[in-house]
Amino acid sequence: MTTPARKPAPNGDPAAYRDALVARAQAIFDDLNFGEARRWKEAEPGRKVVGYLPIYVPRELIHAANALPLGIVGGGDAIEVIHGDAYYQSYICRIPRSTIELGVSGRLDFVDGMLFPSICDVIRNLSGMWKIMFPHVYSRYFDVPQNYEDAVGGNYYIAELAELREDLERVTGTKITDEALNNSIAVYNENRRLVRDLYALRAKVPWKAPAPEIFLILRAGLVLPVEEHSEMLRGYIAAAEAAEDRSLRDNSRVVLSGMFCEQPPLNLIKSLELAGCYVVDDDLLLVTRWLIDDVPTDGDPLANLAAAFLHHSESTSSKYEPDQAEKGKYLIAAVKRSGADGVIFAAPSFCDPALLERPMLQNVLRDADIPFIAFKYAENSGQMQPIREQAGTFSDAIKLWSGA
Amino acid sequence: MTQPTARPSPAKPPIAEAEKDASMLKQKAMMAAHYDRLADAPETGAKVCSTFVPGNLNELVMCFDLINNLPEVNAIQSGLRRKSGAYVLEAEKQGHSDDVCTYVKSDIGMMAKGNIGPNGRKMPDPDVLLLSYTGCFTFLKWFELLREQYKCPTIMLHTPYQGDGKITPNMVQYMVRQLKESVIPKLEEVSGVKFDIDRLREYLKKSAEAEDDLVAVLKSARHKPSPIDAFFGGIYYIGPIFGAFRGTDDAIQYYQFLRSEVEERIAKGEGPVTPEGPMQDQRYRLVVEGPPNYTSFRQFWKMFYDEGAVVVASSYSKVGGTYDFGFRHDPDRPLETLAEYCLGVYTNRSLPMRVDMLCDYIEEYEADGLLINSIKSCNSFSAGQLLIMREVERRTGKPAAFIETDLVDPRYFSPANVKNRLESYFQMVEQKRSGTRRKEVAA
Ligand code: SF4
Ligand code: SF4
Repeated sequence: MTTPARKPAPNGDPAAYRDALVARAQAIFDDLNFGEARRWKEAEPGRKVVGYLPIYVPRELIHAANALPLGIVGGGDAIEVIHGDAYYQSYICRIPRSTIELGVSGRLDFVDGMLFPSICDVIRNLSGMWKIMFPHVYSRYFDVPQNYEDAVGGNYYIAELAELREDLERVTGTKITDEALNNSIAVYNENRRLVRDLYALRAKVPWKAPAPEIFLILRAGLVLPVEEHSEMLRGYIAAAEAAEDRSLRDNSRVVLSGMFCEQPPLNLIKSLELAGCYVVDDDLLLVTRWLIDDVPTDGDPLANLAAAFLHHSESTSSKYEPDQAEKGKYLIAAVKRSGADGVIFAAPSFCDPALLERPMLQNVLRDADIPFIAFKYAENSGQMQPIREQAGTFSDAIKLWSGA
Repeated sequence: MTQPTARPSPAKPPIAEAEKDASMLKQKAMMAAHYDRLADAPETGAKVCSTFVPGNLNELVMCFDLINNLPEVNAIQSGLRRKSGAYVLEAEKQGHSDDVCTYVKSDIGMMAKGNIGPNGRKMPDPDVLLLSYTGCFTFLKWFELLREQYKCPTIMLHTPYQGDGKITPNMVQYMVRQLKESVIPKLEEVSGVKFDIDRLREYLKKSAEAEDDLVAVLKSARHKPSPIDAFFGGIYYIGPIFGAFRGTDDAIQYYQFLRSEVEERIAKGEGPVTPEGPMQDQRYRLVVEGPPNYTSFRQFWKMFYDEGAVVVASSYSKVGGTYDFGFRHDPDRPLETLAEYCLGVYTNRSLPMRVDMLCDYIEEYEADGLLINSIKSCNSFSAGQLLIMREVERRTGKPAAFIETDLVDPRYFSPANVKNRLESYFQMVEQKRSGTRRKEVAA
């Protein structure tokens, strides 16, 4: 992985620069009206915004149509869900209802299209609900192959991408040329490299780049134009590394697993660190690093995106693992890569993908002698005390074991 | 909202034997024979293929001399026999979340407790898991979980979802390629039987024949009184064709027999046979969306027939195929037809398609309204049902109601709640009717 040149903090005080970037990311996070994206759209006539839900969509296609990809991951704990609850029974997770709330309350009224990735049946059904509720907004369920042979799943996926490309051309009124798409791939390659650098930095010096900050910086990337976000990442990485105002604490190191869709409240991530756990890897906001390697920037861009999806993408519950021997190994790899001592399974309540995957992952961890704990959350969970206690006990136990 | 009631209770004392019509008895015998075939497999040397109801490729499975085993049907059987509650608890004890699909947990719990089938005999381990990933995400995880236990070959057949309400050539090609390049070669390998496309054509021809008769039976509910109950009774009717019999002579005979039985009832102006005998009085004609509850199946059904409510169409009876819209297995396009079958099943249809379908049913079957039985642990069906309800009400002007139960977890069947909801629903239907009558008089 090539690390881009690190820019020195502009004002010479890395800690202050870092804090300023985090404050900006926090403001973007807090703004449930997506002001940054609205301003981007209003800056030039004819600009379009295409929203997408968690896990993965090829944002390059949207970017190549000169549109803004906008990541929508629910309303978090700040939104008051007034209408959304009328659409869902109590035994369905929170993210679809707060997403509906965003839609019904007009907070997404500037969005020209919505993509619903193939993540689970709830998001899948939400794609149909969106068609009924917002008939004038383009919306598409974005299916991806569960067969990873080039001639089978690959061809299917290329044709799906071609359809999406046509749709986006229609929605944006912009032709997506191969050249533009290859350029967009290069821009996203860079962004993904920076995200990986950010994760590597945290694994190396977690006290300098704490999980709540990483989360906020990544979240900003769902709203900002990618070029601007890459700039933010570069600035944060350089400043956080250079700043000397934070010191190492006697924390354990954990990987978080199960948070790939409905987001935990920011407070939950903060609580884990307060309880003595450095989060050194996680599956939050996978879209930011779904494709593991650089996608080639020459040749047929759709074929390249398809090959990257089939052969060089993250593993998670929503993807079928054809090889039993490989099942769950991605979590072990994350533990090794980040030098973690244990795993915290944190899944949204009623989340089938995360909760059905969990026992299999736990078996793999047991075999590898990696300790873990598990709990559930909702995006609007308020009470952090039990989670703090559980994480604190876990952290102490890990330290004891590793000290023994 | 349904509150969890008491923990699963021990088996209740046997209740009076339910009345069954001749076709139900025949169906029961067929299913029993099938379970015996499965239990005999270790002795006969027959190989077993586990797969799912939606996207069930029985014709293809039979081409390899494999016996079709359907874990959902096993879970249903456990539910009907009041064993599923303990199985679900067992799976939860093993670490499965209380939030996830109870079919999976019933299956896993059953396995943990010796894997005893409905005939009281041990179910065989599958030789292959055919993961037909059609219309439900849980399937994918379910078979990954089973693969971990059985360590047997697992074959993925991915059915793309009809998100835009249509089947595209790309989807069909993708599925045909999977069949040709992955599913068939792997089934050959597991079974040691060479694939013969003419054998497949033969089975497909037989499927289509039985499908014609099934559709005639389903459509008979247009009569008044309806000679069938398309939800509770429908579950018996779909058993053979959604399970291990599609493509067989047994299925052809069963559906011929069923059809003539139903035609006889039409001729006599009779209603369906309920567990307490023929249903005479039909006051309400309903369309039902969602699966039933199996742990209190008879009690649930009784709440309907006691009030004179007959179900004239249901979406659940389309999870294994939407034949009433004209689809038939086509021997002339053997692999394409299998693909289109999978693509078309109810659970693979987008939400707007589901709304259209339910509205059309209300019109076609002159129903009084829609009833949704929302299954607590089934995201595939349940997420979005409240919008479905509102849309159907808005478009048809007919009243809709919502009840909540679970498929096989007895903790989530609260008889008093369900009964209350149903009673107020029937009152709503009455009010709507008298309102309409008043308007007619005034006009
Ligand atoms: S939180 Fe889980 S169940 Fe809910 S939409 Fe996301 S993946 Fe689906
Ligand atoms: S359709 Fe529903 S009940 Fe059936 S396996 Fe899927 S989640 Fe479970």
